[in-house]
Amino acid sequence: MKRLVIKDIEKCVGCSLCMYACARKNAHKPEIGISSSGILAISLSGFERGATIIFCRACREPPCSEVCPTGAMSARKEGGVTFHEDLCIACGNCMKACTIEAIFMREDEKPAVCIHCGYCVEFCPHGVLGFEEVKA
Amino acid sequence: MSTGMRSKVLTIDLSRYRYEIQDRKDLFEEWIGGVGVAVQLLKEEFGSDAANIDPLGEDNVIVFATGPFTPAYPLASKTVAFFKSPLTGNLGETHAGGRTATSIANAGYGAIVIKGVSRKPIYIVIDEDKVHFRDGRVIWGIEDSIVAGRIIAEREEGRGIRTVMRIGGGGERLVRYACVTTETYRHFGRLGLGAVFGSKKLKALVIMGRKRYTPADRKKYREVYREIFKLAVESDVMKKYHLLGTASNVLPLNELGALPTKNLTDRRFEDAEEISGEAFAEYNLGRRIACNHCPTACIHIAVLREPYEEEEYFFKTLMVSYDYELLYALGSMLGIGSRDGLLKLIHRVESYALDAISTGVCLAWATEALKRGIVTKDETIVDLEFGDVESYLKAIEFIVKQPNEFYKALARGAEEAANIYGGKEFAMCFGKNEMAGYHTGYAGYVGNLIGLRHSHLDAGGYSMDQKWKGYSPKEVVDALIKEEMWRQILSSLVVCFFARGLYTPEIVVKAFQPLGVEITEDELKKTGEKIYHEKLRLKKELGFTPESLEVPRRVFELPTPLGDLDEKYIREALDYYSEVFQRITQ
Repeated sequence: MKRLVIKDIEKCVGCSLCMYACARKNAHKPEIGISSSGILAISLSGFERGATIIFCRACREPPCSEVCPTGAMSARKEGGVTFHEDLCIACGNCMKACTIEAIFMREDEKPAVCIHCGYCVEFCPHGVLGFEEVKA
Repeated sequence: MSTGMRSKVLTIDLSRYRYEIQDRKDLFEEWIGGVGVAVQLLKEEFGSDAANIDPLGEDNVIVFATGPFTPAYPLASKTVAFFKSPLTGNLGETHAGGRTATSIANAGYGAIVIKGVSRKPIYIVIDEDKVHFRDGRVIWGIEDSIVAGRIIAEREEGRGIRTVMRIGGGGERLVRYACVTTETYRHFGRLGLGAVFGSKKLKALVIMGRKRYTPADRKKYREVYREIFKLAVESDVMKKYHLLGTASNVLPLNELGALPTKNLTDRRFEDAEEISGEAFAEYNLGRRIACNHCPTACIHIAVLREPYEEEEYFFKTLMVSYDYELLYALGSMLGIGSRDGLLKLIHRVESYALDAISTGVCLAWATEALKRGIVTKDETIVDLEFGDVESYLKAIEFIVKQPNEFYKALARGAEEAANIYGGKEFAMCFGKNEMAGYHTGYAGYVGNLIGLRHSHLDAGGYSMDQKWKGYSPKEVVDALIKEEMWRQILSSLVVCFFARGLYTPEIVVKAFQPLGVEITEDELKKTGEKIYHEKLRLKKELGFTPESLEVPRRVFELPTPLGDLDEKYIREALDYYSEVFQRITQ
């Protein structure tokens, strides 16, 4: 399957355009803001020292799915999860279970998670992100 | 019009450690946002006695405002700050990028008002609807704003989605041109907001949130967003800023003979090549970074690798942000021709969180004052000399620590110092604000005088000079005012002035539509005019009169690219401006 990947982390300028792209695309309604963004760029005490971009690794055995009490975070065969918003009770278990903290809290306290759609890649101005076929 | 945007105003009262949130749709609908709204909020807060408010007293008020395009569209990455300036005693307005604008908007606000004065040092954390007053006593006294920022960043939540605005030693010690630094390298630079923070015992302001809202027309919103994004990354409009950056100005201005050098005793610098944008890019540029929600990455960061003299094979590596104004003010203006030396000076100014332009111009005045014997080494403590990095490094420390009367005066600005010691004819200030780096001609200087911030960015007169067509004084004033009126719209939206080529009236109108706002180009321009008038009236209430404007004599002693400037021309321009001023403010 195609996945969101990091092509060159050293080129990240910290613009957060990926986050805004995700919120425009990922929500049922395109939103203005970053509430529903499933991706987060953070710096190492300032982007001049380098960046870390956090998003779902598309695990084969996603811990987030295992701790979800309602089946809202269901594991996909090819890795990663599908989020069923209507089933979610906003307990926050998934966010705690993710080892790399790649599940984010929306304004309504439900989770925001990357579904590897690749939309953000179009808006990464410096080629940091890529969307590629990855062997499972 | 229904703006469908952030219209909440958070007001924080430091005297009572209280806050309240009000929906001010009325203001945002009429005045757009940013500058338009900030003028109104400041007027409300100041009331009828604005002229008598002490800029460093309890009654001064700070307004931060963003606009309807933040965070809806890219390049709307700026926040405007309004306050009474401790440098000029009049209207203070300064803009900054970083992550401040998007953080304010994502926390759910269109504007934040800070008033009162805290009894003890504090810092504030705004997390959406909650405001936390944090004990700041332990971090008060940390003079390096970079260190203070890191400590707060470690303690607080919100990595990647917050802004950390803070002051350094300059603001704490009330240097009248201290700045507020955000995200290490961006600044509410001009007119002394840092000193106002310091006077309120406010060390830092952290803002974060993940609030959202939806556009009125979803499909169109995505389309217009994409159009603006493409213009930003594929057309040439932003090219200057992301290649060499503003530092690309050094060589052309030097060639023109418009690069203020050694306190404007010269207009060309023999070492201009050495401190040019080209040289920095080739030898020092280490990384480029961006403000939040802007693809341009115009922030140029140089790497300064310094050996420790006493210890072999021991180095420190500093990351130092540079721009044209810094290369001028701490470079050519001080005769600094070595890039490493210049980076050291920039880093020192950055650490203390001072305005780089004002600091450089103050030091340039002090250097000439010493040379002419107006002051002696008893006052300056070090032998200030153009080109001498070490002396200037010490002098910057003295401006902050103010060990004697001379440095206390210098910490109040070059004009204030010249009022005490003399040498006003070469104190390069306009409306008490130290000048930016353009000895280009009439429009530049008239612009510095009549611009509402006395800033080169008010109307970009320096650019008009470079396309000069024998304008009359009246034509210059009219053109500058017209441009400044349009810029009120840009700074009410609030979009970066670097993106002024992109956000044309046509694009602005188009970008408003998916947000549910129908407005014509004509209406936009009229609103710009209205905001300009309101701002000018506020300036008058704060005590401004055009008759008080003076031009340092030095400007007439050195030809510009337009030739020798005639004082009569500027006088005529100011007389005409006085008429305009009277008409608008009566």
